[in-house]
Amino acid sequence: MKFIRIKNCYKVYKNGVAAIADLTLDIDKGEFVFVIGASGSGKSTLIKMLYREEKPTKGIVEIGGINVSKLRNRTVYKLRRKLGIVFQDFKLLPKLTVYENVAFALECIGMKGSEIRPKVLKALEHVGLKDKTRSFPNELSGGEQQRVCIARAIVNDPKLLICDEPTGNLDPNTSKEIMTVLDTINKDLGTTIIMATHDKDIVNRMKKRVIVLDNGVLAQDHMKGSFKISETV
Amino acid sequence: MKPFRIICRSFRDSFKSILRNLSLSMASIICTTITLILVALAIIVTVNVNHVTKSMEEELTIVVYAKKDATEEEIEEIKSRIDRIPEKKEVVYKSKDEWRLEMMNYSETLEVTLNYLENNPLLDSFIVTVNDVEDLAPVAREIRGIDAVESANYGEGMVEEIISVFNVIKTATIIIVIALIVVTAFLISNTIKLTIFSRRSEIEIMRLVGSSNTSIKLPFVIEGFLLGLVGALVPIILTIYGYIFAYEKLGGSLSFGVLELVKPMPFVLITSLLLVIIGSVVGMFGSARAVRKYLKI
Repeated sequence: MKFIRIKNCYKVYKNGVAAIADLTLDIDKGEFVFVIGASGSGKSTLIKMLYREEKPTKGIVEIGGINVSKLRNRTVYKLRRKLGIVFQDFKLLPKLTVYENVAFALECIGMKGSEIRPKVLKALEHVGLKDKTRSFPNELSGGEQQRVCIARAIVNDPKLLICDEPTGNLDPNTSKEIMTVLDTINKDLGTTIIMATHDKDIVNRMKKRVIVLDNGVLAQDHMKGSFKISETV
Repeated sequence: MKPFRIICRSFRDSFKSILRNLSLSMASIICTTITLILVALAIIVTVNVNHVTKSMEEELTIVVYAKKDATEEEIEEIKSRIDRIPEKKEVVYKSKDEWRLEMMNYSETLEVTLNYLENNPLLDSFIVTVNDVEDLAPVAREIRGIDAVESANYGEGMVEEIISVFNVIKTATIIIVIALIVVTAFLISNTIKLTIFSRRSEIEIMRLVGSSNTSIKLPFVIEGFLLGLVGALVPIILTIYGYIFAYEKLGGSLSFGVLELVKPMPFVLITSLLLVIIGSVVGMFGSARAVRKYLKI
């Protein structure tokens, strides 16, 4: 059985904009998938549907056997606890230290204090920030902040990591660092990663599966693809 | 143990939030204080108006006179007929001889006059009280239907007017209390909305890392509860000391003893309890309402 199964999925927003049209897609466990496309091609909508911030208008979105589209609002948190989400704008809490920001995710779900500490330190070690636990976000560089965000996303050992343009705010060198971190997580922990991006260099260098969206329609799906958006759009 | 941890964490967070947003918390507490003072005033006025109307209503009676030549059996008949009326509260019989004695004791002129008369010109009577002042008219009508009854009067016209005025006052004060409670709810909820607005990114992250709606909402609900509770303190002190002071100063009544006031104990304690409940419950619901906006429920 496929880990992620999207079948005949449509999304039409209330204002009438059709963001996704008849999308069918399967993703295996442990895959690293890039989702690319021009602005307004439906990348963000697809990503948001995966963590159930948006509901498909029609069709099925299934993660690990759970039909995400059928989840009720009050039970969405159960899905989110199995996912890690990385954002372009990091979404860190400025008044909390690096350690507290990562621990926050576990505190929120009611984990015991004694269990939280080793998990947080392990996650910070994965992203190479073990020596910055006491720093505040504004004392960190953009790349470091993004690594904190990744640590927070993986601290609960998710099976799926969803990244919404994680390198969008970073310079090329820092982006490379972040991609190395994500690649390590994918290989070492076996976490499935889905990443929406605009970054041509990254996609070309990584040689991973690439899904190209064009006006909400699946335009291309290459197993070891590269950034071919210019040819299709 | 997990729910317990979440509750502990919510309490810790709500205290932290109150202290961190001290100026907003103070604004919210002051708003609550002011409205609760008004609520307390309205409650005091309502209860006292009700008390006064009730004691005045209790004084409203039906005076029934038997016919001049009524026999003892007929008097008995009247008494038992009135006794059978379900709305009546009490029937007191006063014979014409008792009346005569009472009137003779009242003034010398009356004594001389009554002594001069050979027959007692007065009538046997009953004083009837009813459970509900609204029943005065129908009960009087029913009594008039008894054969040996000469008349049954309760001050028609004036009584109806008094009752309708009392009803208007009662309704008005109750409406004022309810309106003030609603205003308190809005004020608390709006102030908490401001605190929540400044913490919306935190709420967003909580949602995204998988906090349940309850565990997100709980700290805010507790915060509203605490703000309402603290906001009720000053109104309670004012109610207790203010009312006792006013009661003693006025000697327990208004208009030279005509309108008797409610005794301070246990009235002020009940009012205080009511203020605590209104403050905290309204605070809780106000903040629950405010936080809903940021949660997809």
